[in-house]
Amino acid sequence: MKITEQEVRYVADLANLRLNDQEIHAMAHDMDEILVYMEKLSEVNTDGVEPMAQVLFDAAETATLRADVEHPERRFSSEIATAQAPQAGGGYFKVPKVIERA
Amino acid sequence: MNISTLTISQIQADLAARKYSAVELAGAVLNFAAAENPKTNAYLHFSPERAMAAARVVDEKLARGEAAGRLAGVPIAVKDVIVTKGVRTTCGSKMLEHYVPPYDATAIIRLEQEGAVILGKANCDEFAMGSSNENSAFGAVRNPVALDRVPGGSSGGSAAVVAQGTAVVSLGSDTGGSIRQPASFCGIVGVTPTYGRVSRYGLVAFASSLDHIGPFARNVRDSATVLAAMAGHDECDATSAAAPVDDYHAALTGQVKGLRIGLPKEYFESLGSESGALIHQAVDQLKKLGCEVVDISLPTTQQAIACYYIICTAEASSNLARYDGVRYTTRSPQSDTLSNMYRNTRGDGFGRECKRRIMLGTYVLSHGYYDAYYLKAQKVRALIAQDFARAFAQVDAIVAPVSPFPAFKLGEKMADPLQMYLSDIYTITGSLAGIPCLSVPCGNTQEGLPVGLQILTKHFDESTMFRLAHAFEQSRLG
Repeated sequence: MKITEQEVRYVADLANLRLNDQEIHAMAHDMDEILVYMEKLSEVNTDGVEPMAQVLFDAAETATLRADVEHPERRFSSEIATAQAPQAGGGYFKVPKVIERA
Repeated sequence: MNISTLTISQIQADLAARKYSAVELAGAVLNFAAAENPKTNAYLHFSPERAMAAARVVDEKLARGEAAGRLAGVPIAVKDVIVTKGVRTTCGSKMLEHYVPPYDATAIIRLEQEGAVILGKANCDEFAMGSSNENSAFGAVRNPVALDRVPGGSSGGSAAVVAQGTAVVSLGSDTGGSIRQPASFCGIVGVTPTYGRVSRYGLVAFASSLDHIGPFARNVRDSATVLAAMAGHDECDATSAAAPVDDYHAALTGQVKGLRIGLPKEYFESLGSESGALIHQAVDQLKKLGCEVVDISLPTTQQAIACYYIICTAEASSNLARYDGVRYTTRSPQSDTLSNMYRNTRGDGFGRECKRRIMLGTYVLSHGYYDAYYLKAQKVRALIAQDFARAFAQVDAIVAPVSPFPAFKLGEKMADPLQMYLSDIYTITGSLAGIPCLSVPCGNTQEGLPVGLQILTKHFDESTMFRLAHAFEQSRLG
């Protein structure tokens, strides 16, 4: 067995994801099966292989940099940027209180 | 006008001959789609105002005798993971049920500049995670070819609308096969271009190093037209490629004599017998057209699924962290503290498969497991890319199946997530390497279920891919 229900609860905490007991149980089963399958990777010798994080092509180092100019057509106000928030006001996102007054 | 068989070239000819206007066409296809959609649930919502505005612009240009673009008046559906300004974009998730983006994806801007008419947003697996379109929070999509079967996924809705006739072409996204597999299941053409060929700006991120936007169409020529219209460098996406975009139409010569085609032996080992017979028939057909077929090996194929599901879940767990109750419309009513807001919003908003992938991704990136899973998978990914590089030193294109089996029944594979993942075996390798690949129809099973042939070429060689697919398609019609 690769993962216990207790470990599943720990990972759910790391992921800021609330799972109920039933979900934890099913998740442990599914993750265990999948993680056992992942052992296939150990069949391959990767000594001296550079990890591939991204599909890369030959290009100048500056190829991904753009000119530092404004694009008014792409700019929008903080009112528009916050318009889809569940709670916003004055151009800000509102969240539950994090700091208590002393 | 037969709406359900229209092609881009037909529309261009009809508009030029004044057989109908772009506004009339948009109205007719929208009416047809509204009537037909309940059969498949392929559209999540329509955007008639935007469609009519775009169609009017096309008609005005044509009336003034101006060029109206390569996609003038072409009714198109867009997978609901691509943002559209002012048009709801849900990603098939309860989390974004009410999200209305404040900007357009680059691909959308470019298609509309070429005269495309966006009819609405296509259903998909939640955040593009799935192989059957059964993971949508807004209900599964049915395959228009066989309504008791899945259309494939994750771009199931985008494939279904083109097959059903409720759009002429559509956009999907592909992370591990999400365009090719539904194209194969629905009997149409689906293209995953080279990584970086189409800007990802405005494509809601699932696995950033693997995500691609690509077209669905009824024939190879139309798919090439749509890709050409949206391909090319975009400074809003740092991974977008600077390489010039080839003239894909110039490649559609019908001439494939002397092309060297590789058949990877690893791709025929677990292939279903009926699909296998159709793929072998297609290979024989390519030989008749003058292609030289050679056996090749892509030895790291066996580990590709493990590699892919580590990398894509790791990237997904990071990308989906942004849905936390602060910015994107949804917040749990149980948000008394910041921590409870995060946990409960995500617990309520995400469906089963998203949760599973967030959990797997968080696990493989967590302390103590990173090297064994994520780093190891990145190294195996490098080996998979090297397999292809070696193969393309010998051959011009690789031909393979798209899926081990044709469209399966709704519900058939939902109970076993690993079995669902394993069905992606033939498509994820090309995604991991970032090479162009497509699915073109190569026949039907006894039951009448479509089977697609996959064609893969080297980075930025979309031209050879289209040339081969087009010659094959024409030879089947002839």
